[in-house]
Amino acid sequence: MPEKTMRDAINEALHQAMAEDDSVFVIGEDVAGCNGSPSGKVGEVGGVFGVTSGLYKAFGPDRCIDTPISESAIVGAAAGAALVGMRPVAEIMFADFIGVCMDQIVNQMGKFRYMFGGKSRCPAVIRFASGGGFSAAGQHSQSMYQVMTSFPGLKVVIPSNAYDAKGLLLQAIRDDDPVLFFEPKALYQEACEVPDEMYTLPFGEAAFVREGDDVTVVAFGQMVNRAAAAIDALEADGISCDLIDPRTSSPLDEDAILESVEATGRLVVVDESPPRCGLTADIAALAADRAFHALKAPVKQVSAPHSPTPFSPELEAAYIPDVEKIKTTIKEVLA
Amino acid sequence: MNLSRDQLLRAYRQMKTIREFEERAHAEIMNGQIAGFTHLYTGQEANAVGVCEHLDHQDTIISTHRGHGHCIAKGADVIGMMKELWGSAEGLCKGKGGSMHVADIEKGILGANGIVAGGPPISVGSALAAKIRKNGRVAVSFSGDGSVNQGTCFEAMNLAVVLKVPAVFVIENNYYSEHTNISYAVGCDDLKARTEGFGFPVFVADGADFFSVYDAAGKAIEHARSGNGPAGVFAETGRFHGHFVGDPQYYRADGELDDLRENSCCLKNFRARVDGGGVVSAEELDAIDAEVMALIDEAVSAARAAARPTAEQVTEDVYIQYGSA
Repeated sequence: MPEKTMRDAINEALHQAMAEDDSVFVIGEDVAGCNGSPSGKVGEVGGVFGVTSGLYKAFGPDRCIDTPISESAIVGAAAGAALVGMRPVAEIMFADFIGVCMDQIVNQMGKFRYMFGGKSRCPAVIRFASGGGFSAAGQHSQSMYQVMTSFPGLKVVIPSNAYDAKGLLLQAIRDDDPVLFFEPKALYQEACEVPDEMYTLPFGEAAFVREGDDVTVVAFGQMVNRAAAAIDALEADGISCDLIDPRTSSPLDEDAILESVEATGRLVVVDESPPRCGLTADIAALAADRAFHALKAPVKQVSAPHSPTPFSPELEAAYIPDVEKIKTTIKEVLA
Repeated sequence: MNLSRDQLLRAYRQMKTIREFEERAHAEIMNGQIAGFTHLYTGQEANAVGVCEHLDHQDTIISTHRGHGHCIAKGADVIGMMKELWGSAEGLCKGKGGSMHVADIEKGILGANGIVAGGPPISVGSALAAKIRKNGRVAVSFSGDGSVNQGTCFEAMNLAVVLKVPAVFVIENNYYSEHTNISYAVGCDDLKARTEGFGFPVFVADGADFFSVYDAAGKAIEHARSGNGPAGVFAETGRFHGHFVGDPQYYRADGELDDLRENSCCLKNFRARVDGGGVVSAEELDAIDAEVMALIDEAVSAARAAARPTAEQVTEDVYIQYGSA
């Protein structure tokens, strides 16, 4: 099977979805690029991370639509088109920019169906590049998915590898509810085996990345690889762990997490977001509420500190949880 | 005016229906029968009807917090709407939305909207779908003088021009964004010119005169439907009630409300306009009045008797499907 980067896997999914269904279109800032420019190279950009590369050439200006820098209008346009039967895939360049289009996502797109008494559907996908690792500082490094998980009506997807990214994005495009799709930008260049053909992965079904007996580790997005590395390193000490990648935080595969915690009695939750009201706290609370009797040790959270993301490479390295910190924490719950 | 007799009768009936729906809603709210925050459209009826009489069910509208009139004008079921205001499970939105979220997608009503200027970006999306599908539909967003100062409104207008989509922006200036006059809140002297600065034509109407709005809206909708990109309608109008039911209206001048009801009533204006024209008689309009009153009575009786929602319904309709398949 061919190896593909996450960027290429997502790009392939977009090409295939658009070829399969003419109601699918992409819209966002520079998703084609160079519109109106003297170079005449319209379509050469394909998104600042190259994820929408080639779509303009393949599908033309009506289906690969560049917009002004107007995030509210981008999300609103996707939501409105979806309400009348299209399947838009909008790109918001950085997840941090949710700050300028929150209303259209939360109060509009996410609530139509409920407020309208179940008589509407809004099959829109909004893609975001999320997370740290690029010294992009406070306004271009946040995950944001932990915030969006709290809003009913939205589905939240966080792929941790190229294979999952393709299958989850194709599911997102076919899904009849609005989906927020967070692409950890530190993983765009990471490759794994990805089939050429189309396939979907269901939402709300976690992946068991490692299987073991001693500790349950739950990790999201960029943290899945680091947690796997930590677990692999601990094998030499005779420690074995379940590593669960929920893949979607809404819906969340609570059963997979609870069944594992019932078996191991120990839980470490890892995410790169700050700790308060985030996914690590949410899953810790889930275990405290529904698996308390099985716990042999306190639940531990590994997260960024309660601080904005810093710029300096040394500071950012200290900010985002690393393999060592995950290892130490796993040992702590076994002590 | 080249409106047929049927069109005239229908337009009057629509305006009268909105008027009586709102006046009855006001009374029932004051009686404690309707919960929540309600914003009445009384006085502005000619705007909604003058625009929507150009639309069919495949065209879309999106409305505002003051949305009852737009929804009725676009064909929403009046009884279902009254049940919705009552919070009944039989309401148009099963009691999940209430006054500020009345919607009927099948009829092209993409919803009233509780967020000022929440609608224009969504309407541009509907217009974009029409452009991609090349189906000749238009998408109308209703806004007020409050919404034109929101960034989302600017973003939507600019994007509509950039993408050259069939979006129509209807701005109803009722002079007050909540409790603040337009002379304070809009920094420039000429809102029409400011709007046209986005790069589309804006047609001006007297919002108390159905015929004036119908004429201006016809030009704007024709412009958009013909593939020329967005257009606007700017109507000066007046609301006869406060921003919300219960608003003490400290911002009104002495006699302002009496003057509005006396001199800016679209129903009176309509009757004066057709009187003696030999097409529609006062008796016919009186008969419509009686039918509308009966319809509103029926709606209220139905709403009072309609099934109440149950606690199990709280979590229904959040998603089409949630959890693994």
